[in-house]
Amino acid sequence: MKRTGAQIIWECLVRQGVTDVFGYPGGAILPAYDAMLDYPIRHVLVRHEQGATHMADGYSRASGRVGVAIATSGPGATNMVTGIATAMMDSSPIVCITGQVGSKLVGSDAFQESDVTGVTLPITKHNYLVTRAEDVAPAFREAFEIASSGRPGPVHIDITKDAQQSSCEFDWDAAAPRKPEFRPDWSAAPADFQRALELINTAERPIILAGHGIILSSAMDIVRAFAEKANIPVTPTLLGIGSFPASHPLNLGMMGMHGEAWVNQAIQEADLLLAFGMRFDDRVTGNLKTYALNAKKIHIDIDAAEINKNVRADVGIVGDLRQSLEQLMPGVKQGDRSKWIARVNEFKGDVAVRDIQNLPDDGHLYAAHVINDLWRATEGDAIIVTDVGQHQMWEAQYYHHDKPRSLITSGGLGTMGFALPAAIGAKMACPDKEVWVVVGDGGFQMTMCELATIVQEHIDINVAIINNGYLGMVRQWQEFFYERRYAATPLINPDFKKLAEAFGLPAQTVTKRGEVIPAVEAARKNRQTVVIDFKVEQEDTVYPMVPAGAALDAMIRRPSPSPIIETGADVL
Amino acid sequence: MLNTFAVYVENKPGVLTRVASLFRRRAFNIESLTVGHTDKPGVSRMTIVVDTDDLGARRLEAHIYKLVNVLRVENITAKPGVFRDLAMIKVAATAESRTHIMQLVDVFRARVVDVAPDSLIIEITGTEDKIDGLLEVLRPYGVMEMVRTGRVAMARGARSAAPADAGTGPADEDSNVFHSV
Repeated sequence: MKRTGAQIIWECLVRQGVTDVFGYPGGAILPAYDAMLDYPIRHVLVRHEQGATHMADGYSRASGRVGVAIATSGPGATNMVTGIATAMMDSSPIVCITGQVGSKLVGSDAFQESDVTGVTLPITKHNYLVTRAEDVAPAFREAFEIASSGRPGPVHIDITKDAQQSSCEFDWDAAAPRKPEFRPDWSAAPADFQRALELINTAERPIILAGHGIILSSAMDIVRAFAEKANIPVTPTLLGIGSFPASHPLNLGMMGMHGEAWVNQAIQEADLLLAFGMRFDDRVTGNLKTYALNAKKIHIDIDAAEINKNVRADVGIVGDLRQSLEQLMPGVKQGDRSKWIARVNEFKGDVAVRDIQNLPDDGHLYAAHVINDLWRATEGDAIIVTDVGQHQMWEAQYYHHDKPRSLITSGGLGTMGFALPAAIGAKMACPDKEVWVVVGDGGFQMTMCELATIVQEHIDINVAIINNGYLGMVRQWQEFFYERRYAATPLINPDFKKLAEAFGLPAQTVTKRGEVIPAVEAARKNRQTVVIDFKVEQEDTVYPMVPAGAALDAMIRRPSPSPIIETGADVL
Repeated sequence: MLNTFAVYVENKPGVLTRVASLFRRRAFNIESLTVGHTDKPGVSRMTIVVDTDDLGARRLEAHIYKLVNVLRVENITAKPGVFRDLAMIKVAATAESRTHIMQLVDVFRARVVDVAPDSLIIEITGTEDKIDGLLEVLRPYGVMEMVRTGRVAMARGARSAAPADAGTGPADEDSNVFHSV
């Protein structure tokens, strides 16, 4: 059947199972927008194209399905760059579609022309400049295949206006993605599995580093079975949170720069690291020269380029994590690591688990309180979407995630402004889930225009602004490493309550500990998005902290006595 | 150490940029890069020389394979192979010095491809070392201009790095060529 290039875009998206797209129209993408009206697609009109990409990203992270964002040429396309880079760093499968000036005008500096495939080349898995209607379907089918296969990631398709307008025969089957002619078999040899099993079965102080790859490969069950069978404690990366239940006795808590002190100490003392779908980011290793020197390393990752990138692996296994563990499992011996686990518990000592529930109310509102109360009020069952900074680390420390895809956060790129739009995408993907945005006052102001999107699209999420009147994490670095010279970190903020109300959303300001739970409960009952401005302690600090480039066990600890005491059990 | 990769890619717009951009953003410095058609329509072959260690080379190979338009990659550094560079050197030559220069050209098995009243153009094919050697002895006469292609390389023997049906051709049997230089 004959279709225009614009129609083929939607023919392909519908056949790929896409139901929602996030976008912003403009001249060069107008033919596509016109054709959209004839297809069963829900279009969410964003207020900034960066928001569209984060929404597609949040959509994908919450559901595992490919998220789709669409924008026009030039500034519309370049506004997407931050969102695409965010998705690339966190292996999030999204497809971004942009219009481009007519193919005859490409290269002429036409109005709203930019070489956007040149711009996105290093921050996508692949990109396309499509100049003919005939090439639309093959590009789309291949794009979805590339975005969602292997190590997932963003794919960008730039389509000239004339390619959208001209017509050609549309043949879905003929546009099937071609298989690469040749790819080497990087998968581990039987000898590697044998060596891995020897290391696992003889290790006395092993520890599992649980990364995002567990979630991407749906390997939660087998990782749990593996850890339980061999009795190996588990620590997640930031993006690995939710891959192993926080309430599980073998879960030690998060590793890394703001990870639990005892976890980092355990890593330094371990004799075997089992890296499952994680990439030894500098934020989890600290100084590589002093990182886990006592440990052998078994690194399992689907991306061959990750093996030996930062940390030299004794055994590198390239492949899907679940399949790799299925191969290993039969050879894993039941282990008694009670001595090692007791030793790790010793590290915890008096700083054990953070119980802040029983603290006397000293009149101050701490971000940790807010997040911990949010965890209690939502019974740990909400999807939490965070921004980047102090609140992000407190979320990781004080909200305990038992389920995968329940924490959505920008890890690798650390993109401020991510939370609000990503939460909209997450809610669209999982309409039955409760979704909370946890965001700082700085990051919120980067993308708060999307409150209008929330109103227009009747999105029911809730927003908790952790408002300390500072760019808090930067202020913390200035406090520790720049002699408290607070260059450009204090914020004069708008009245967030009034601001939300101006958008047409209910809002509340909270300044006292006792008001937190009632405010959260009221927001949960409200069928609209509620914005809560939590005015928290201004110069609070995330502890512990491994200074950038320092050894993992050289942590800055919370000075005592501290208003936030860490003792006792932290259970619901 | 210098690693030499033979990379087969689809001959499409922008593919050279994709490969070059990969090296740049992964902070590998390209020593030389040549690209040209193969005997298979639509397939180009690149020879890329890069200074990195074994682990870096392995990681680089994995990265190159992530590019959709790449058909095949082979690190031929450690394989027995033929490595060639082609240079054209324009050297100042007076009536008196011309004979001397042409003798040197003979010794290096190079060729004079242009003679002008006050200069010669010399074409030489060989390993980088050999070309550097000729350049050294020509320098006193006054090298006016030089252009080099950068290294092209091919592994020896019947086994081919080329993708299926790229056509292997007969194996290089003239082993003297390699060792005589």
